[in-house]
Amino acid sequence: MAIADVKEYTHLSDEEVEQIGRELDAIRQEVEESRGAADAAYINRLIKIQRGLAAAGRVSMLAGTWGRRWAPRAEKPAIAVGAVCLGVAKILENMEIGHNVMHGQWDWMNDPEIHSSNWEWDTAQPAEQWKHSHNYIHHQFTNVLGHDNDIGYGILRMAREQRWHPYYLGQPVYNALLATLFQWGVALHDLDLERIRKGEKDPKEMKRQLAQILRKGRNQVLKDYVVYPALSGPRWKEVAVANATANLSRNLWSYVIIFCGHFPDGAMHFTEEELEDETRAEWYLRQVLGAANFKGGPLLHVMSGNLGFQIEHHLFPDLPSNRYAEISVKVRALCDKYDIPYTTGPLHRQYGQALRTIIKLSVPNSWTTSNDPAPPERSDTADEPSKDRRRKSDAERQPRRAELGAWTRSPRERSHD
Amino acid sequence: MAGTIPWERVRKAGHTLTTPLDPDDYLRFINPLWTARELRGRVEEVVPETDDAATLVIRPGWGWRYRHRPGQYVGIGIQVDGKFQWRSYSVSSPPRRKGRTISITVRAMPEGKLSAHLVKGLEPGTILRLALPEGDFVLPDPPPPKMLFLVAGSGVTPVMSMLRTLDRRGTLGGGDGEDSGPDVVMHYSSPTPDRMIFRDELEALAEKHPGLTLHQLHTDVDGMLELEHPEKGLDGICPDWRERETWACGPGPMLDAITEHFEKEGLEEQLHLERFSLELGDQGGEGGTITFRNSGKSIEVDGATTVLEAGEQAGVGMPYGCRMGICHTCTLTLVEGTVRDLRNGDDFGQPNEPVQTCVTAAVGDCTLDI
Repeated sequence: MAIADVKEYTHLSDEEVEQIGRELDAIRQEVEESRGAADAAYINRLIKIQRGLAAAGRVSMLAGTWGRRWAPRAEKPAIAVGAVCLGVAKILENMEIGHNVMHGQWDWMNDPEIHSSNWEWDTAQPAEQWKHSHNYIHHQFTNVLGHDNDIGYGILRMAREQRWHPYYLGQPVYNALLATLFQWGVALHDLDLERIRKGEKDPKEMKRQLAQILRKGRNQVLKDYVVYPALSGPRWKEVAVANATANLSRNLWSYVIIFCGHFPDGAMHFTEEELEDETRAEWYLRQVLGAANFKGGPLLHVMSGNLGFQIEHHLFPDLPSNRYAEISVKVRALCDKYDIPYTTGPLHRQYGQALRTIIKLSVPNSWTTSNDPAPPERSDTADEPSKDRRRKSDAERQPRRAELGAWTRSPRERSHD
Repeated sequence: MAGTIPWERVRKAGHTLTTPLDPDDYLRFINPLWTARELRGRVEEVVPETDDAATLVIRPGWGWRYRHRPGQYVGIGIQVDGKFQWRSYSVSSPPRRKGRTISITVRAMPEGKLSAHLVKGLEPGTILRLALPEGDFVLPDPPPPKMLFLVAGSGVTPVMSMLRTLDRRGTLGGGDGEDSGPDVVMHYSSPTPDRMIFRDELEALAEKHPGLTLHQLHTDVDGMLELEHPEKGLDGICPDWRERETWACGPGPMLDAITEHFEKEGLEEQLHLERFSLELGDQGGEGGTITFRNSGKSIEVDGATTVLEAGEQAGVGMPYGCRMGICHTCTLTLVEGTVRDLRNGDDFGQPNEPVQTCVTAAVGDCTLDI
């Protein structure tokens, strides 16, 4: 059973599927060969703007509180402006810079300061864990039930194939909590809550990861809620609130963007059978089918880390994000040529569909109708939970694909056996 | 008093404000030299030496230590087409305790995209990346009583640093009647007088110090140095060469001939060499399958292909720098298997051993952590 059996593709012959793979490889090669000074200038300029905004935000808040004796009326606006700058800086760092640097999109520059091997991003999640759960698990096993933890993050039911349980009745509430505390949801990403729940996780590994999360999370909390407020003296409360606002807006924004990537109608789920003997071309197809884009202007795309081009990002996770817009023109033409669905729409509609799914799937399947595209025709229909739901360990999975970048435990913690 | 400020503690405190980054990551936008994360330097001056060689006077930024030893080289990294390229060049300036700048002297090589750019295309004010000084082709402290320098072309640069150091310390032999320093003989080959880097300065030094004897050979007219020739060879220009500690730096064939000559006389113990290009010996590996663990790629190679070339052929984004075994940018962890250093035949096969991929080849199957 391979992806070629999925209904959308029954019109494609094996040869056509391989031809699509070759055409996508050619698009990749063209970008790889043309990466150069203009791309390097883009990421360097963006980092400069982002750090400038972060510094301006902090300084503006401190200036407002320290200067209130001379300019009392300027204090509140200064803190507000600071919060906005800091929020935008955090969004840019997490979305367009951190996420993409950690994917190895800028490794070709041979610059140790902008490299996937040692980038640490401005959020509670340790980079090392992200590079495992996101770059490898999510990008290789995209939307494969039982493999890809991003189908609901172990707390939401996002596919009709997931067995319903009364716990899911509270799903709209869990969703609101996740959106609010998104940074902490991401921090627990690689712990794989489902495996912990089922007692399948190695306790030593869990302890190691938890220690890492606590260390990094503590530094983040100290910075935003202790050190900077303390520097503001008697106005510590206002500054702590401003920092919380910046963190919250980053949380809500990144949650919305990320929920538009794989949850709108049209993004399909797959089962283990589709992974078997999957060729590179079939992996490409699964990426197109499992992802959803959204439309917007250049500013929206930069603020969302170019994840409005989620399909292109999943095809070429390690190509520089500033190229996704031009790549999307070619991918779109390819999809038209072979009559492959290419899911996209305005941001509000894409998120609306994701939200509808969250609410619908909080109740048993029989109460609602599906908005998903027709599932592949198999003996086990999609409304029936599939058999093997045991979570896999890395040892049981296929090796990591080359474009998903490198992953190692940080040297400090590597055991020398 | 700058010395009393505990900079390390200040930076640690600053880190709590900028975590997970360093304060340096912000400060470098105010002044590019205010960062120690990746060493940087600003080109202060570009001094033409000959038609195709120039000295760059560089002011290093934070984190630099001026304690290089005369004769060592530094790594220079510049972004070409968005990609950092690294080369190593000898420091030609003497070390100073109160240093503010270092000088490197670069000759534009035909085919050398980077060296040509450094000589011709570099404006004062350019920011470069730097790597700390390395190398053991150095002036011993204290120096031996008798020294011989055999240099050719841009091979003069590390030796210039040694001579300037001796000059600055006032210990070049025989100056002003005092016999405090080594007696130095220098033989410098160059195609023409015009192509000779530091010619005027060397002649002035030889003038000033009776203990420094300078032999110039212009190979376009007089041919190459023939080591064994009774008059023009070593016995002719420096009859007591067998008693001298010798430093040789220049093109590969010349160094090979010198090595052979010293080995024949059983004197290889007192010869120091500095190569500016990678000279791989005949020490091949055996070849095998190299697996790049995290990239999920592997490639089968012969024993003459370096691990770095193999990785590049397999499409792995291999880190690299000088590609000649000196800068260590390319070092990766060898998880299992054995690799051989092609320069000298040394094998490395400890589990989790760091290896230089640009000068090693596989001996059987091996796995790298990238």
